[in-house]
Amino acid sequence: MTSTTTASRAPANPRRRRPTASARRERNAALRFISPWIVGFVVFTAWPILYSAYLSLTDYDVINDPTFVGLDNYRQLATDPKVALALWNTLVYTVVQVPVYVLLALGLALLLDRAGRSAGFFRTAFFVPKMTPPVAVGVLLLLLFNGEYGVVNQVLGWFGVDGPAWTTDPDWIKPGLVLISLWSVGSSVIILLAALRGVPTELYDAARVDGAGFWRRTRTVTVPMISGPLFFVVVVNTIAAFQLFTEAYTAYFGAGSSTYRNDAALFYVIYLFQQGFEFLHMGYASALAWLLFVVIMLVTVVQLLVSRRLVYYEGDRR
Amino acid sequence: MSTLPRPESAARPDVADPVEPGDVVAPPVAERRRRPRRLVRAVVLLALAAATVVFVYPLLWLLSASFKPRADVFDNRLVPRTFTVENYLTVWDAAPIGLWLVNTVVVTVLAAVTVTVSSALVAWGFAFFRFRLRGPLFGLVLATMMLPGAVTLIPTFLIWNQLGLVGTNVPLWAGNLFGSAFYIFLLRQFFLGLPREPFEAARLDGANNWVMFWRLAVPLCRPALVLTLLFEAQAAWTDLMRPLIYLQDSDTFTIPRGLKALVDQFGPAGESQWEVVVTASVLTTVPMIVLFFVGQRHFVQGITTTGTKG
Repeated sequence: MTSTTTASRAPANPRRRRPTASARRERNAALRFISPWIVGFVVFTAWPILYSAYLSLTDYDVINDPTFVGLDNYRQLATDPKVALALWNTLVYTVVQVPVYVLLALGLALLLDRAGRSAGFFRTAFFVPKMTPPVAVGVLLLLLFNGEYGVVNQVLGWFGVDGPAWTTDPDWIKPGLVLISLWSVGSSVIILLAALRGVPTELYDAARVDGAGFWRRTRTVTVPMISGPLFFVVVVNTIAAFQLFTEAYTAYFGAGSSTYRNDAALFYVIYLFQQGFEFLHMGYASALAWLLFVVIMLVTVVQLLVSRRLVYYEGDRR
Repeated sequence: MSTLPRPESAARPDVADPVEPGDVVAPPVAERRRRPRRLVRAVVLLALAAATVVFVYPLLWLLSASFKPRADVFDNRLVPRTFTVENYLTVWDAAPIGLWLVNTVVVTVLAAVTVTVSSALVAWGFAFFRFRLRGPLFGLVLATMMLPGAVTLIPTFLIWNQLGLVGTNVPLWAGNLFGSAFYIFLLRQFFLGLPREPFEAARLDGANNWVMFWRLAVPLCRPALVLTLLFEAQAAWTDLMRPLIYLQDSDTFTIPRGLKALVDQFGPAGESQWEVVVTASVLTTVPMIVLFFVGQRHFVQGITTTGTKG
């Protein structure tokens, strides 16, 4: 039994012993197989990280050479109202989207777990939207959530609700994006369903003998037993929510789009993209990227620390 | 679909499951649930049916709207009042859709094949051989998964710019020649699940490392390799950000990039010819739906693996 996700590593060999000829041969063979990744790591990860760190200390527009400006870009970050706005938008979106998304995924997985033979059919139905390219999801957002003609408001109208202008009213743009994101919940449902199927029956039987009802069993047996995959779903979706780009960019940005409503949909990666590739402020965009990196790392570390207390791992998962 | 439970289905709780049994999927625990009460079952199926309508409706809406004349696009009927293929002809004239589709197929195939081959090689290197740096190096592979793409976005652009390849499709797939951390991780999981004996036997018979990889490991892990192909095909087909960054000339666009151009031209800020946007959206989406139904088993199994073993 291990208690962390990164438990199994290479066995700790006695260090600092001269490798034998066969060990050397084995190592060289391994390195030959791994070499594509090593080259890729150096060229497309390590060097870009270093160069991005350097660029964040410069002004660079691709055409002229970078000029060193020290920490100016980072000072600008602190005072740029658009950065504050983009961070705020991204934070609000993430804080709302992730819990709703995960709860919906869990709810659908619990239903599927009790669906018997038809579960396969429903699982397919839930997953198909996930195949829709995010650009098309952005288009669907504009169409289905259209304030005047959209089907969402039409359905709301059946219940006497006068639906808002989801795609033009700044107050309703983020809720619209959250709702359309729920459409892609299928892959998380599949993960949680697989986890539910792995929960041993005896636990439910024992809980039932003790008189636990459905909600009680869900809270005290199901959720703890699937806390590993549940945590995985939370972390992955948090990171994804922080980097929301395509759906919002498709619907609210790009050539010729009006600006009045964009402020509500100015998410962090969109602003970074604009600075880097529309205004060619490569240095400033690099500083923006590093701020995003720090924020995501902080959030992930906090989630890992919390998970130490909450997540239950049974057996070795590797 | 029927929302009433059939008697047999209540007696047999195991699910008709398209996933083939394998060690990567949690084995269905037999006889784990007591016979659910019929009422509960009916409510569950009703809720699932309602959810299915919500999930499937937008795609049907889109498909249906693509066959409606402009005035009817927003009428929210699933069966067009007037059925027309006019929109497909209009789109064909308004944009080089055929070219975009060909470009996307080329990029998708190149991206999927290169990443599968390179990731399999690297994963095998980490799975089969024992060497001192294996742990730290593999830790580095995992660490790169945590790095937000935004950090390397700009220097990577500058590399391709320096090589004079901005404006071509090369930056959209050539990075895949060096493997991708996620797939390396995934494939290593599968390779680690292989028994070691056949490989020791092959080694005694004088097989070299390449032969063992190509003749033994690859055929044994074909499902995982198909999964990698499918996942990357989806990622490459649907990507918008990199085509936005790297492609300038309309003739080089991939279909999502082209669709974005059409949204800008005919969408809310443009000429409000939604039927054009709708039809292009259908053409962007349908290949992915087909891909899903071709590889459904692999998709479900792959997502299960990454989620429960990650």
